[in-house]
Amino acid sequence: MAAATAAEAGAPRVSAARRPPLAWVGTVPFLAYTGVFLLLPTGIVIWNAFKANTGSWTLANISALNTGPVRSAFKGSLELCVISSLIGAIFGAILAYAVASGSPDGMIRRLYLAGSGVLAQFGGVTLAFAFLAAIGPAGFLIHASWYSNFPLGIGLIYCYFQIPLMVLVFLPAIDGLRIQWREAAESLGGSTWHYWRYVGGPLLAPAFSGATLLLFANALSAFATIQAWEDQINYVVPQSIGASFISEVGLANAHQGDALALGMIVMVVIVMTGYVLLQRRAARWQR
Amino acid sequence: MRTPYRLSVAGLAVLALVTAAGCAAKSSPSSSSSGYDWSKATSAGSGGGLNALVAAAKKEGTLNVIALPNNWANYGTIIKDFGAKYGIKVNSIAPSDSSAQEVTQIQQQKGTSLAADVLDVGGSVATASTGLFAPYQVATWSSIPAGLKEPSGLYVGDYGGYMSVGYDSAKFGTITSLTQLLGSKFKNAVALNGNPTQANAALNGVMMASLAAGGSAGDIAPGVNFFHRLKAAGNFNATQATPTTIKAGTTPVVFNWDYLNTASVVGQPASTWKVFVPAGATLGGFYYQAVNKGAPHPAAARLWEEFLFSQTAVGGQNLWLVGGARPSEQIAMTSNGSINKSAAAALPPVAGTPTFMTQSQATAAATYLAANWPKAIS
Repeated sequence: MAAATAAEAGAPRVSAARRPPLAWVGTVPFLAYTGVFLLLPTGIVIWNAFKANTGSWTLANISALNTGPVRSAFKGSLELCVISSLIGAIFGAILAYAVASGSPDGMIRRLYLAGSGVLAQFGGVTLAFAFLAAIGPAGFLIHASWYSNFPLGIGLIYCYFQIPLMVLVFLPAIDGLRIQWREAAESLGGSTWHYWRYVGGPLLAPAFSGATLLLFANALSAFATIQAWEDQINYVVPQSIGASFISEVGLANAHQGDALALGMIVMVVIVMTGYVLLQRRAARWQR
Repeated sequence: MRTPYRLSVAGLAVLALVTAAGCAAKSSPSSSSSGYDWSKATSAGSGGGLNALVAAAKKEGTLNVIALPNNWANYGTIIKDFGAKYGIKVNSIAPSDSSAQEVTQIQQQKGTSLAADVLDVGGSVATASTGLFAPYQVATWSSIPAGLKEPSGLYVGDYGGYMSVGYDSAKFGTITSLTQLLGSKFKNAVALNGNPTQANAALNGVMMASLAAGGSAGDIAPGVNFFHRLKAAGNFNATQATPTTIKAGTTPVVFNWDYLNTASVVGQPASTWKVFVPAGATLGGFYYQAVNKGAPHPAAARLWEEFLFSQTAVGGQNLWLVGGARPSEQIAMTSNGSINKSAAAALPPVAGTPTFMTQSQATAAATYLAANWPKAIS
């Protein structure tokens, strides 16, 4: 372990000496891209969250976050994201395992991958409308009484794209499990439970938690689907942000929207921090 | 003009701003052939008359309009006819945007050739944004009722209508009053055109219910209470009603402006899609035209206004009327005989004196809704 660390520490110095002087140019597109499309907008959102409509500095937008409707929107976002990402992750992982255990070049695998690729992108108004027409109040299949229940109804709709997304992002990790490891566990007298508890589970844990986080973020930022599903109550934060920009009856306040977006950024930072800690714990033995 | 689905989180809006600022070509300040600066013109006369305006607008060649859905008050035809008549290319930007987004667009695209030249906005947005508008008085200025125009011409009422209920009579038979909608056969059937804390049409839908339940333009509470009872009965449908949802049969009863509720606009057979205005609840509402102060095509913007307020058979006023909307010069045109009589006769009949909300009443209604609407329907 110590030797490996020393070798790693030494490695950059060697390559640095060999690296051509303009090698950093290669990172410019990436840095420029993230700068313009991630850092700059984030900075503008934070800046504007502390501005009043008159242009002066204010904390009113921030203190307005602590009102009933906003609190319930954040609670709703959290509920919806946790439920849809956990259900999506668990069922997606099971499905991915089923796909991975089939023939690697088989028809079923190709079918599932292609299908998942399409369905993971199926969202927005089209998706909400498909469910509305199928199981909504006048649905041609059934009228599901829980269709307009939050978070159950919309959570189910979200799972429609969450599960395929999980299959796509989690399949490579499952493919990484070698059959020999299982054989080794069995030849040492381990049961299926032992294998998953001590080999498969720990190996997949970092990828699983990472994929779950991706699903969480995916659900957090979704707007069009829930807006088309239910137009009358702002259940989640993106809907509140939308309202603060588009209200034409005199209730629009773009700076309030920026403050709400800042709240979402804080929410993501908290979840990311938790994720990093968890990841550190889950991946400890791999280092 | 309407509640859109499209708007995403604030980050995206900011992103649009950033990219637009980077990409949009800065337009040079326009000046016409005669050298007259049309952005200063407060009427066609001040720039040398209508012919000079037409020549200058043709030279600009382009007009940017925003938030005008093709199936809204006949705008599809109006845009096509204007472009064909003057040989001007009309860019129709973001047809399903709301009034608030129209104002945001001209602020964000200020100084670029992409900014909207003319706006069509609801009353709240019009009165709150006058600093962004240029005063302009069309040739038919005197035909517009005084209550529908800002005295200098910063915003001018263009067309309007009455709140109405459209419904599928094949499913429900004849409906004549709102209280019928509380009955058991209307399960999940009744929908608004948007969220009343956001969309003008939806706010007016709630206000109409208030008038029908004995409320007044200054008191929207009985309307909120009506929707609360509707929700409790299981009859309120929280989906925004659109021609698509009507076609799919998911929103068979719709509260909307009468010109958006006609059988042809919602794409239903006229034999079964019926529209009525509840007795004692005749609620009128107008939209307003405004010219962007920093319009990239100042002459074309003003020519567009002249076209919209023209009383000829193929001018904007009669075209709106054909689309089921009531043009602001309707009274004057009825008396001078320029109105399209068959289109006027096809409008849904209304009884009694119509109610119009004042700006302060509309603001009070919005404030009440912000606090009470989510509670009432959850």
